[in-house]
Amino acid sequence: MAAVSLRRILLAALVVVGAALGLLKAEAADRTPVPQPVKPATAEKCVADTQFMRRNHMKMLLHQRDETMHEGIRTKQYSLANCVSCHAVKGADGKPVVYSDPKHFCRTCHSYAAVRIDCFECHASRPEEKAKAADASAGSRDAALSALSAHVAEMKR
Amino acid sequence: MSDGGNDMIAPDRRALLKSAVGLATTTIAPGVTLYAFGVAEVGAKPADQAVTSAKRWGLLIDINKCPPGCDKCVTACSEENGWKSSGHPETDAQWIRKVTLRDPRTGVKREAPAMCQHCASPPCVDVCPTGASFKRADGIVLVDKHICIGCRYCMMACPYKARSFVHEEHDDQKVEAPRGKGTVESCTFCVTRVDAGRIPACVEACAAKAGAAMTFGDLNDPASDVSKALASGASAQIRADLGLDPGVRYRNL
Repeated sequence: MAAVSLRRILLAALVVVGAALGLLKAEAADRTPVPQPVKPATAEKCVADTQFMRRNHMKMLLHQRDETMHEGIRTKQYSLANCVSCHAVKGADGKPVVYSDPKHFCRTCHSYAAVRIDCFECHASRPEEKAKAADASAGSRDAALSALSAHVAEMKR
Repeated sequence: MSDGGNDMIAPDRRALLKSAVGLATTTIAPGVTLYAFGVAEVGAKPADQAVTSAKRWGLLIDINKCPPGCDKCVTACSEENGWKSSGHPETDAQWIRKVTLRDPRTGVKREAPAMCQHCASPPCVDVCPTGASFKRADGIVLVDKHICIGCRYCMMACPYKARSFVHEEHDDQKVEAPRGKGTVESCTFCVTRVDAGRIPACVEACAAKAGAAMTFGDLNDPASDVSKALASGASAQIRADLGLDPGVRYRNL
């Protein structure tokens, strides 16, 4: 007798748990997906290990921010520009996406954790295009050469 | 006095500093040649070292070499720092602009570029309630946009109208020139370039495409291009009466 009632209770409990799980599943569709940040293909490893980065990236960025802004210390290792350039995620058009795109590396976790960051209100959220950068360096080389010739001309005068 | 840091550095220390940054320099055409070969023009500082007051960056603009109607410096700045007209001239960015000076009696017109004058005693820094407006040890006056609350008090305080407020949201900033809605901005002397040993974009463009009217360098170093140019003749400060000791000087104004 006791065994039967125990079985009934177990059955009831199972039904309740099952229903709850079903509900959760239905809800999941409306929720922000669990982030699955893409590891960059360009670099073998990050500037620190993943667990450390998860917990401390904001502290490092904050520290670097003040040093760079006020003291002109521009080491690459913990610079935001360096993060952005490694962790660039390409969109449908093959270009890196900006922060307003949900696929953006920073965005995936921050949307999930409901932490609003304002880095990209000012900072570029994607690396500068390479072709453009090449053009720019070619441009400045030209500029330098013409500056040099101008200088030489002036020296002769 | 102006260029005050000069007196404070003992000559031997200055020589030491010079030799530290000067290994890559050559004696011929120190400015332009070095840049052309991709080496520091104004002395690159190692990326992991803080700026010091041993240097004070300054600029001399010779108005006689500034062609009328030319805006190469303005376009270069705009391209380098990613600002452009929003179609509302009254609120547009004011990193650098050409101003026309006209003598009403004779009608003679002169043109000159005007930007943040990087004062030694900057009024914008005095009035900033949050400390966002600050002067770096090497004399470059900047806005720390992380702590700028956009009150625009500095814009009121600046006698050169050198600052402007960002009214629109942006998502196409340059990596090296962050700028965003709700903060004040102004000429930075292209601070990332300067830290890397390069010269500001306007100076580079003026030398390459216009009259080479601008000379940039370290005011504390008597051997720098700008110090030599300043020593070679008279120059003027805009609103010298205010005693702000600007880092930007003009010649033939």
